[in-house]
Amino acid sequence: MTLAVSRPALSPVLQRFGRSHEFWLLAVILALCLVLSLATDSFLTLQNLFDLLTSNAFVGIMASGLLVVLIAGGIDISFTATASVAQYVALTLAIRYGLGWFAMFAIAGAIGIACGAINALFITRLRISSIIVSIATLNIFYGLLIFFTGGKYITSLPKFFRDGIWWFEYDDARGTPYALNLQILVLALAFLSAWLLLNRTNIGRQIYALGGNKDAAQRLGFHVVRLNFLVYGYLGLIAGIASLVQAQLAQSVTPTVLVGKELDVLAAVVLGGASLTGGVGTVFGAILGVTLLAVLQNGLVLLGVSSYWNQWFVGLTILCAVSITAWRDRRQRSMKSFA
Amino acid sequence: MSLDARAPRWLFSLPRFRGGAAQILALVLLALLIVFWLLLGDQLFSVRALQSMAFQLPELGILSLAMMVALLSGGLNLSIIATANLCALAMAWVLTTHATGAEGAMWVGWQVIAVLAGVAVGTIVGLINGFVIAYLGVSPILATLGTMTMCKGLSIGLTRGNVISGFPDPIVFLGNGTLMGVPVALLIFLALCVPVAILLNKSPFGHRIYMIGSNEKATRYSGVDTKRVVLGVYVLSSLLAVVAALVMMARFNSANASYGESYLLVTILAAVLGGVDPFGGFGKVGGLLMALIVLQVISSAFNLLNFSPFLTVAIWGALIIGVTGLSVLFESLGWRRR
Repeated sequence: MTLAVSRPALSPVLQRFGRSHEFWLLAVILALCLVLSLATDSFLTLQNLFDLLTSNAFVGIMASGLLVVLIAGGIDISFTATASVAQYVALTLAIRYGLGWFAMFAIAGAIGIACGAINALFITRLRISSIIVSIATLNIFYGLLIFFTGGKYITSLPKFFRDGIWWFEYDDARGTPYALNLQILVLALAFLSAWLLLNRTNIGRQIYALGGNKDAAQRLGFHVVRLNFLVYGYLGLIAGIASLVQAQLAQSVTPTVLVGKELDVLAAVVLGGASLTGGVGTVFGAILGVTLLAVLQNGLVLLGVSSYWNQWFVGLTILCAVSITAWRDRRQRSMKSFA
Repeated sequence: MSLDARAPRWLFSLPRFRGGAAQILALVLLALLIVFWLLLGDQLFSVRALQSMAFQLPELGILSLAMMVALLSGGLNLSIIATANLCALAMAWVLTTHATGAEGAMWVGWQVIAVLAGVAVGTIVGLINGFVIAYLGVSPILATLGTMTMCKGLSIGLTRGNVISGFPDPIVFLGNGTLMGVPVALLIFLALCVPVAILLNKSPFGHRIYMIGSNEKATRYSGVDTKRVVLGVYVLSSLLAVVAALVMMARFNSANASYGESYLLVTILAAVLGGVDPFGGFGKVGGLLMALIVLQVISSAFNLLNFSPFLTVAIWGALIIGVTGLSVLFESLGWRRR
C-alpha cells in the first residue's frame, strides 16, 4: 500500500534524473571507476581517495565559486590572479605580525571580496562583457603582484600553518594514518555553502533568475547591480580562501603558480553542465565535473600512461563532453518543437 | 574644405567603438608618445628602438588577426596559440628530419612541404573547431577550450615538452631578416592585413561574417548558409595561426608546445581595444592595427625605462578598462548635451 502511494511520487524524480546531464556524467564516472578498480589495485584504496580529494581541493573549491558566477550569467577568469594576490598578502602579513588562522582567512577573504567587487564595478558600470573585464583585471592584478613582489617565493610559513589541521585520525590495518585535513574540510564546506546559497536562499533563486533572463529579473524588481556584486564578491571570497588552502598544501607561496589554472576550473564547471549563457547548473554537477577530470588524470597515471599525454586526454574529454551535451540539447529541443 | 582635404582620410574612417573610442585611442597614442618622449627623449624614436618594436609586433599582430576573425562572427578562438604551436612543431619536425640533410632542389622542396604540413595541420584543427561550433552547436569558448587543451596535449605528448630547433636559413630569415631595414616579419604581417581587410570588408564571405556576428538568426533566415560561413571563419582563423606559427618559429629558430601562451588573452584585449565588439559584428583591421601600435609603444617604452614586463601587462589591462570607461563617459556626456 505504501509502495503504491510512494511510487508515483518517486518515479518522476528518478525519470527526470535519468534524463539529466548529471545522470550521464555519473554513469561515465562510475564506469571509469569500475574499469580503473579492475585494471589497477591501487585505484580503489583509501589512500588514493584521500590523495585525490586533497590534491584536487583547490580546483574543486574554485569550481564551487565559479559555478555561482556562471549561473548568474557572468564569467570570471581573474580568480586565479585574485587568489595569488590574496595568498601573498595574507601570508606576508601573517608572518610579519604573527597572525592566527582566523585573521589569515579574514584577510585573504577580504582581499578576494575587494577584487571581486572591482570586477563587478567594471562589469556593471562600463557595460562591457564580463569576459573582457576579467581578462583585463586578471592582467592588472597579476601584473601588479609580480611587479611589487618581484615574483619571490615565501617558504618560511608559520609552524601552525605548515602543520595544518589533522582531525579524527584513523589508522588502517597497515598503520597508515588518515585524517580530515584542511583541504578536504574546506572543499566540503565550499560545496555545502554554494549549495545552501543556490538552493536554500531567496538570493539563490534570484541568481538563477538573473542568469536565465536578465531583463525579466530586472522588471521583477531584483536589484541586478547588487546581485552582480554579490556573485563576483562571493567568487572572490572563495578564491581568497582557496588560495590559503593551496598554500597549506604546497607548504609555500609561489605567486606564479596559480595563474593559468583558470581555464581548467572553467572546464570542470562546464563539464558539470553549467551553461555559459547563465541560469543553468547545479552544485552536484560541478562536483561531478571536477571528479571526472580528477579521476581521469589519476587513472592515467595509475595505468602507467606517460604524464606527457595527460593533457591530450583531458582535452579529448572536454571536447567530447561538450559536443555530446550540445547534440543532446539540440535533439531534445527539436523533439519538443515537434510535439 | 581645404582642412578636410588635407587631413588623412583614414583618420575619419577609423572604426567607431561605442561612440568614438578610435578617436580616444588616437588621443591616447598621442598622449603616450608625448609622455614617453619627455621621459626618454629621442631614444624611443631611434632606429634601433623602432626596429625592435617592428620585430615584436608581428607575432602578437598575426595572432590578434586570428582572434579577431572569430570575434567578428560572434565567437572566440581560444585555440589559436595551441594550434600555432602544434603547426610549428609539425613544420619543425619536417624541417629537421628531412630538409637539413637534403641538397639543392630537394632542400627547397622539403621546406615547401614543411609549410604545407603546417597548413594541413592548421586546416584540420580549424575544421574540427568549425564543425563542433557550427554543426553541433557547441559554444565557441567551450569548443575551442577543448581543442586548445587537445592541441597542446598532442604537442606535449609528441615532443615530451622538448624543443625542436635548428632550421634552414630561408626559414630563419622570415623571422630575423630585414629588407631595406624593415623586418621581414613586419612585412609578412602587413601583407597579411591587406588581404584579410579586403576579405572582411569587400567580399560576400566577409559581409556574412559581420552579419552573423550582429544577428545570426536573421542571417540564417535571409538564406545564408551560416554553418558553412562559421566553418570558414574557424578555418581562416587557424590558417592565420599557421602564419603566426611560421613567424614565431623562425624568430626563435625553434618550436615548442608552450611558446607564446601569455599572448592568448592579450590578443582578445588587443582586438577589443581596437574596436572589435566582443559580441561580434563590428570591428576593422585598421582599428586592430592602431591598438597593436599603442600596446607595442607602451611595451617598448617600459622596456627602455627598465620597468618589469609584468607592469606592462598590468597597464595593458588597465588601458582597456580606461579606454572603455572614457568612451562610456563621453557617451553619457553627449547624451546630456542633447
